[in-house]
This record gives sequence, C-alpha cells and structure tokens, in this order.
Amino acid sequence: MIPVLLILIPLLTGLAAFFIKQHKAIRTWSLVVSLLTLGVSIIGLSLKEGSMELAFSGEWMQTIGSSFSVKLDGMGKLLCLLNAIAYPLVILATWNSSYKKANNFFALMLLAQAGMMGVFLATDALLFYFFWELALIPMYFLCSQWGGEKRIPVTFKFFIYTFIGSLLMLLGILFVYGKTQDHSFSMDAFYSVVLSRKEQTIVFWLMFVAFAIKMPIFPLHTWQPDTYEQAPTATTMILSGVMVKMGVFGLLRWLFPVVTFASFQWADFITIMALIGVIYSSLIAIRQDDLKRLIAYSSIAHIGLMCAAAFAQNLSSLQGLMIQMFNHGINIIGLWIVVELIERQFGTRKISELGGLAQKAPVLAILLVIVSLANIALPLTNSFPGEFLIFNGIFSSQTKYNVWFIVLAGMGIILGAVYTLNMIRKVFYGNTNELTASAKDITWKEKMALGIIVLIIFVLGVYPQLLLNETSAIAETIFKKFELVLRSLQKQ
Amino acid sequence: MQNVLQIVYLIPLLPLIGFLINGLGRNHLSKSMVRVIGCGTVLASFVLSSWVFMEVKGGNTHIAQYFDFISVGSLKIPFAFQIDQLSSLFLLIITGVGFLIHVYSTSYMKEEKTEHFGRYFSYLNLFIFSMLLLVMGANFVIMFIGWEGVGLCSYLLIGYWFKKQEYNKAANKAFIMNRIGDLAFLIAIFWLINKLGTVSYAEVFTTTNLAKLKATDITIITMLLFVGATGKSAQIPLYTWLPDAMAGPTPVSALIHAATMVTAGIYMIARSNLLYSLSPFTMDIVTYVGLATALLAATIALKQNDIKKVLAYSTVSQLGFMFLALGTGAYTAAVFHVMTHAFFKALLFLCSGSVIHAMGGEQDIRYMGGLSKKLKITFITFLIGCIAIAGIPPFSGFFSKDAILLSAFAKNPVLYGIALFTALLTAFYMFRLLFITFSGKFRGTPEQEHHLHESPFAMTIPLIILAVLSIIGGFVGIPEVFIHGGDKLGEFLAPVIAPHSEHAVSISTEYLLMGLSTGLVLVMIIFAWFKFKNYTHSEATGLGKVVENKWYVDELYDKIIVDPLHKLGGFLKNIIDNKVVDGMVNGVGKLVNYSSRQMRLLQSGQVGNYVLLMVVSMVLIFVLQFFLRK
Repeated sequence: MIPVLLILIPLLTGLAAFFIKQHKAIRTWSLVVSLLTLGVSIIGLSLKEGSMELAFSGEWMQTIGSSFSVKLDGMGKLLCLLNAIAYPLVILATWNSSYKKANNFFALMLLAQAGMMGVFLATDALLFYFFWELALIPMYFLCSQWGGEKRIPVTFKFFIYTFIGSLLMLLGILFVYGKTQDHSFSMDAFYSVVLSRKEQTIVFWLMFVAFAIKMPIFPLHTWQPDTYEQAPTATTMILSGVMVKMGVFGLLRWLFPVVTFASFQWADFITIMALIGVIYSSLIAIRQDDLKRLIAYSSIAHIGLMCAAAFAQNLSSLQGLMIQMFNHGINIIGLWIVVELIERQFGTRKISELGGLAQKAPVLAILLVIVSLANIALPLTNSFPGEFLIFNGIFSSQTKYNVWFIVLAGMGIILGAVYTLNMIRKVFYGNTNELTASAKDITWKEKMALGIIVLIIFVLGVYPQLLLNETSAIAETIFKKFELVLRSLQKQ
Repeated sequence: MQNVLQIVYLIPLLPLIGFLINGLGRNHLSKSMVRVIGCGTVLASFVLSSWVFMEVKGGNTHIAQYFDFISVGSLKIPFAFQIDQLSSLFLLIITGVGFLIHVYSTSYMKEEKTEHFGRYFSYLNLFIFSMLLLVMGANFVIMFIGWEGVGLCSYLLIGYWFKKQEYNKAANKAFIMNRIGDLAFLIAIFWLINKLGTVSYAEVFTTTNLAKLKATDITIITMLLFVGATGKSAQIPLYTWLPDAMAGPTPVSALIHAATMVTAGIYMIARSNLLYSLSPFTMDIVTYVGLATALLAATIALKQNDIKKVLAYSTVSQLGFMFLALGTGAYTAAVFHVMTHAFFKALLFLCSGSVIHAMGGEQDIRYMGGLSKKLKITFITFLIGCIAIAGIPPFSGFFSKDAILLSAFAKNPVLYGIALFTALLTAFYMFRLLFITFSGKFRGTPEQEHHLHESPFAMTIPLIILAVLSIIGGFVGIPEVFIHGGDKLGEFLAPVIAPHSEHAVSISTEYLLMGLSTGLVLVMIIFAWFKFKNYTHSEATGLGKVVENKWYVDELYDKIIVDPLHKLGGFLKNIIDNKVVDGMVNGVGKLVNYSSRQMRLLQSGQVGNYVLLMVVSMVLIFVLQFFLRK
C-alpha cells in the first residue's frame, strides 16, 4: 500500500487545499501533509525489496490493457524520498512568502507532487504518461499565475516545449504498445517486446526527445533558464530539484530496458551532445549576473553530466547517476533557498549589486559556502561519491572515445569551480555597499531548512553506501540488459 | 589499550573535533578557550604521532580498515588508513611543525575579533585534518579526499581577510589551479581502476599487479599523477598560485609552504615510487620540470621586494629541487628535503611574520633595514634559516641538498651544473633578503622605528625550536662517506622506498662536489654582503624589470587562457544562446501559435483554459475508471 499512499496523500490533500481559504492555515496544512508523505516515504525506505507493501496493482482500463500498477523499487525509493523531503524544505524556507490566492498555489504544488510520485512509481506505460501530465500541468499554472513580469511568454515557451515532448512520448508509447504481444501497457510487456533495429531507433528518438526536453539537454534547454527565472521560487525549487529528474528517470525506466539496442547504438552521439552542453552552459554560467540564471545554467551542466552517465551504461555510472539524482536535488534546493533569502531581503538577484554579505550574515554565508562546495562535488560532501562513480563509469564505458569524454566532463569540474567561487566572492566577500550594509542574518526556520540540507550533505558524503545499497539491485537489472546486447553483438 | 596502532583514527579525528568546536562555538568561546582547543588537539595528535612513529620504528606497520566508502559491483574502496614508515614520518612533520605554527598564531592573530579568531583556528585545524587524511589514507581515493581538502583549506585561509577582493581572487586562483591538477589525479585513479580494479596501495604496488600494467599505461598513470602533483606542489606550469597565496595571514603561509599542502605532491610520488621507477619517460619529465621550476623561481626571487614573496618563490624553487630528486630516483633524498625544508621554511616564514609584526604590517623590504639591533632573536633565527637553506654544513639543508645534487650528478653532470647554479642563486637571494632587512640603516618612517620591538614568547619560542631543528635536522641523513651507517633516514624508509641503485660516484668525487658547492655558496654570501649591506633602492630596468615582474607569466596566462574563455562565455551567452538557439525555438513556437489559431483549435486562444480542460478530463477518466469498475 505504500506506493498508493505516496500518490493519494498529496493528491487528496491537494484537492482539499483548494477549499482552505485562510493563508496561515493553508501553509500549515501543506507542511503537515508533506511531512506525512515524508513519513510514509521513510517507511517505504525501511522495507526490504520484495515486500508485499511495496507494490500494488488494481484494475483501471483493462479493456485496452492498462492497469493501475505501481511499485517502489530502489531507484523509486530514492526519488520518492527526494520528492518527499523537498516539499517540507521548500515550504519551510518560503514560509514568509505570501501569495495571492494561496489556497490555489499550495493545492497545485501538492498536485504536482502527486504527479511526480506517480511518475516514479508507475509500472504501466499509460499510467506513467498520465502522471507525467499530472505533474506538468500544475506547473504551467504555477508559472503563469504566480510568476514574474515576463511570465506569460515564458510559460508559453515552457508549454510548447513540454507539450511537444509529451506528444512524442505518447506516440512512442503507443508504437511500442502496438507491438506488444497481448496489447498491454504493462512494464513487463514493454520490457519483453521484440522490435527490429529500425523500429528501436524510431521509438528511441520519439521518447528520448521527450526526456531530453525535460532534463534538459543542449540544444533543447532554452525554456529552462527563463522558466526558472520567472517561476515563483518555491516552484523553481521543485522544478529543478525534483521534476528535472523525471527526464533522467524516464531514460532508465522506460527507454533503456525497452529499446536497449538503440540506446547502445546512439550512446556516443548523445554523450557528445550532453558533454558539449556541460561546457557550453558552464561557460555561460561564468558570465551570468543573475543568481537564478547562474544556478539554472549550473543545473543544465549537472544534468548534462547525468545524461552522459546514463549513456555510459555500466554499473558504476548507473549507480553514481542514481545517487546523484538524489543529491543534486538536495543541493540545488539549498542553493535556491539562499537565492530566495537574498532576493526577499534586498529585492535583487543581481550579483553586481550585492557584496560583503559574509560580514552581516555570517550564518547564511557559511551555509551557502557548504552547499556550493557540495554542488561542485568536493570530497566528503554528498555529490562526490556520485560524481566519482559517474566519471569512473564514463571512463570505463564501451566507447573508444572514453578519454575524450572524461577530459570534456572534467573541464566541467574546473569551470564549475570558477563560476561557483566567483559567485561566492562577489556576493558574500568584499565590502558591503549601500544595499547590503543593513543586511540581516537568517531566521531559525530558514536555518533549520538549510541545516537539514547541510546535515544530509555530510552524512551522505561520508557514508554514501546508505544510498548505494538501495540502488545496487536496480542498477544491476538495467546493466544486465546492456550486457545481453553486447554479448549478442560480439557473437555477430 | 595494548597498541597505539589500534587508535590511529584519533590522529586526524582530534583536529577535526577541534575544527568543529572552534567553528561552531566561535561566537561563544573566549579567545583563550579557542587557543587551548586549537593547539591542544594538534598537540595531542603530535603525541600520538610520536608514539606511532616509535611503534613503526620498532617494525610494526598497520593497515586499519573502517568501513566501505564506496562499494559498487566489484569495485571496493574502503575507508582505511595505512601506517608505515613513510606516512608515520609525514605525520610527525605535519603535527609537529603544525603545532608550532598553531602556538605562534595564538600571539600573531591576537588582535583579531573573537569570532574571527575562532574561525581562523578552526580553519587551521581543518587544514591539519585534511593533510593527515592525505598521508594516512591507504588508497588513492582517501588520499584524494585529503588532497582536495587541503585545496579547500588553502582557499579558506588565503581568503581569510575576505573584505579585500584582491585576497579573495588569490584564494580563487589557488583553488582553481589546484583543481586543474586534481582532475589529472582523478583520471589517474580511474585509469588504475580500469586496469587493475583497485586503488589500495597494498594491492596496486604488488609485483603481480604491476606486471599486469603495460608500459604505456604506467607512463600515462604516472604522468597524470605528476600533473596532479604540479598543481599541489606548485611546479611549472601550475605554480603561479603559490606566490599569490601569501595573501593569507603569515602563519598560514608557513603552514602551506612548510608542513602541509605543497609537500603533498612529493608524498604522492614517493608513495608511488614503485610505479615511477617503471617509467623512465616520466622520470625524465619530472627531472626537467623540477629543475626548470627551481631555476625559474630562483631567478624571480632575486628581484622581489616583498619579504614574503621572496620566501614564496624560494619555496617553489626548493620544491623544484625535490622533484629533481624524485626524477633522478632519489626518493629518500626528496623526502629528506621535505623534512629539512619544513623546518627552515617554517622558521623563515615565522621570522618574516615577526618582522612584519614589528613593522606594523609593512612587508616591503625597501622600507626596512637595520632590524638586527631591535629584533635580536628574530635576526639570529632568520640567519640560521638562511644558512640552512643555503646549504652550509653542518646545517640541515646541506645534507638534504647535497643528497639531491649528488643524485643529479650521477644521472648527468649537466643537471648537476644547473642545479648547483640554482643553489648559488638561492644563497644569493636569501642573503640579499637577510642583509636588506636586518643590516644597514632603518629606511621606514620614524613612527615605525619607534614601535620596533621583539615579538612575545609565544612567537619567539617556536622560532627557537625550529632554529634548533634547522641546525640538527640533517643529522638523520649523514652521507656514508662521513660516517658508515649514518643515513638513518634511508634505512628507516627502505621498506617503502626501494633503495636508490646509482652511486656510480667515487668517494673522492663526492668530497670534491661537496667542497665545490660549499665554497661557491660562501662566495655568493660574501658577494651578497658587499652588494646589500648598505642597501639603497633603485628602479629595475631591462631584464631586471622582466624578472621583477615574474617573467610576465601571469599576464601570459590571462591573455591566452582566462580572457579567451571569458570572451567565449560572453559570446555563447549573448549571441548563441539568446539569438541562435532560442531564436529557433521561438520560431517554432510562433509557427505553432499561428497554425493553432488558424485551425481554431482553441476557442478562446488561451493556453490556460486548454490545459485546464485537459487536466480535468484526465482526472475524470482516471476517477471514473478506477471507482466505477464492475
């Protein structure tokens, strides 16, 4: 019942939230129910693989071969946990933000959470598609109703991008569905479908583009900085912390095991695109003056690396990727919280207008430095084990360009240090100016939100096995698929 | 507790605890509490290290396994410490010299506000912790953790006075240059994993595993590790961060230049000596890079007027000597020089701190002079440091430098010639510094002259201890020609460092070389005395100006690397991303918008309503299907 609860709690409480008109009450309501979801998610984490409680299957649209099947496996556990941790953190950190029609705002946020839970849990392709849309649609409203000045054109761009992506994905799913033996949308049927190489390539590109837009991968990324900039910060946190992981997740759950051969075949090309994106967005990040856009481009670089890791297709890279999805989500939410605190206090996100904050707000400065260093994967922070395994995976992948790939990806590490340290230097060090002279340090609620993040950063940085133990089984399963393809290729 | 080797984890753990207490409690603890915690934890580590050293000397080595840091498939990277001859020696240097620098800091930094005082000591403790992790790690990944850790700490300490953006830039430069080297180190680790499936020293450095590696693999791995070492140990081409690193408080410079950080590269190569000995190509590169760095830095040091800059370039130059030793296979000599250099370079930096302290923050030697009368202890200890670094017997620097020169001679007399020339330059610029600072007339303001005073005991006692060590530190490695069995250090390190097989040099040649170098060094010192005893400043011209400006290497790097990347970033941001990529997308968007309007698919023309319709109908389908099933 755990997976059903994970979806139903945010779904029902989200619908109920529409009717809570009082601003303070809706805030408290959202925090309480998100903590409830977190509790359920932690119970799920504690259960052993194979437990009855981790899977559920109910009838849905049986006439067309689709069922309401959900399952919590190792990868799903981490992503559901991320989703469940993110919400209380975001609500806590934006506690003092006020929204017009707050009930609708929080209701839509919770509905999006339900949608994302569904995406990470569904073992039925149509159900997956349904939840994918359920997660996205509230986001359009959140951006278009509560966003910044340029919200309408930006939301339109976001909509067009994701709409095209969804359409392609639906086509891909229907194509595979048509080829399944007993016309079923179930994951097992999809995994065992037999497709010719040409058909594999078609399905691969249909679905890959959808996931690539969501991640996003260069050159399909331009919706992202605009959307992150214009969306209300709480929404941006969820978008970048949790929702972009839907794209990477999609690769691992619905693309690689279904069209393994095509995934293997196109790996080099996509890795090159992903790594170009890493360097491209890192270079742009160096020149950003807007904190939100800087983090947006930094995020594109990180996701690019994750995409390359996915296509390295070996145990090390897959395991590294899975824990990195979790850790990146935690760290980037931490960065957004800092940006939100700065913007709320000074009314600007321009790096050039800030400076000297470390003198006035030392606690904020220390927390930001820790989160930033985690973001550039310093050892003993949570990102290091993930990136280490990813790099090791890219290096030991089957391609003959592995040395080039590692050098390109490595450039990203160095450039990441450049833009991160420059940002810290310009915003927190140096002398205060008129704007920052009267800066105040953060309140206990914000300290708590960032403190939890910092705690997670160090615990998972020193003992990454906590997460790696969860993901080893599912990584093995995906890897086996590629091994089979390799073996059949070697035979030929 | 039967054996101290069971509790070696305390050695790094104690400074870490000190870091946490001072870091978290810096607003609540008094300065004296901060002092006790900061120095006490390092002292305790030193005591434990000495104990461990005695155990190792008695023949006990130990690998302590704690938990699996990363375990994926067949790859297992344990969190483990290796206590053997090499690491125990470094433990002593790090905690011993580190402790003296801590004590010195309690007085040097006493003017700081309480919370910054706490911050400073917490950073120092973190630095010691990282360095201990680096040398204690039983595999390359744990070494890498410490490796990046010291990079972080140097970043934090160089930018300690964070109000000055110039200092912060120096801090960033140190971190980023180190990261370039770190990347090479990381790739070397992946290469090892790929070929051998392990990164533990105990498994990599076995004859069976080494035999598995092809010659090209060994060359690539050793070259990559060496690039990593050039970053941390400030060699060409990644040396320019170290002279800028003196932006931090002076005791920090002592820490970076002597006890920690820059010695990491030497440690790494000495640790991997079995691998390096298998790659003559890499050994040659290490030799040439080391020698070139030693010479280049020595020429720059000739013309610097900042007391700390001279010392900084002398560190770069001395590190070059150590790499020369490594490259010629004299690993023990390199480690020996690390040790003696730790003594005299820490001494020199702390002396310079004492001078700067007395001068009220002035670092330019052109405005000093005649300080020997007022700062007696500082003068005498500085003089001892200069003699030690110049290499006059029986001071410590003589023995270690002699071992390096001898090894260079055995490989190629030309190498010896250049190295000897560099050693002479060293003697010249060090005594130039000494004479300009301490002899002649005082050239500062009358106010400064009035304030001149010797530093308090907390500063002078570490100076005296280090001075004594600088004198006697060389006696652990007396050459065989003087006393048979005098090379105690070589004997001690023999289990981890394969003995150096050269020594094609006859005894008479060895005496001749020693006499030659000592005689010439003395000549250089006398030359410096006549040139600088009554120093007056004149503007540098011609080549002197180029040298004063450090051969314009920083400017060159800016022009060929930093600026182009900066411009490329701007081009990508403003032109490609904004106009080209986004322009295409907007074009598609407009097309869709246009066609949808034409087809009147959306009655209202508003995305919002359309999407609302979509979500409502989907939820309805879902609910109906789920609840109205039969």
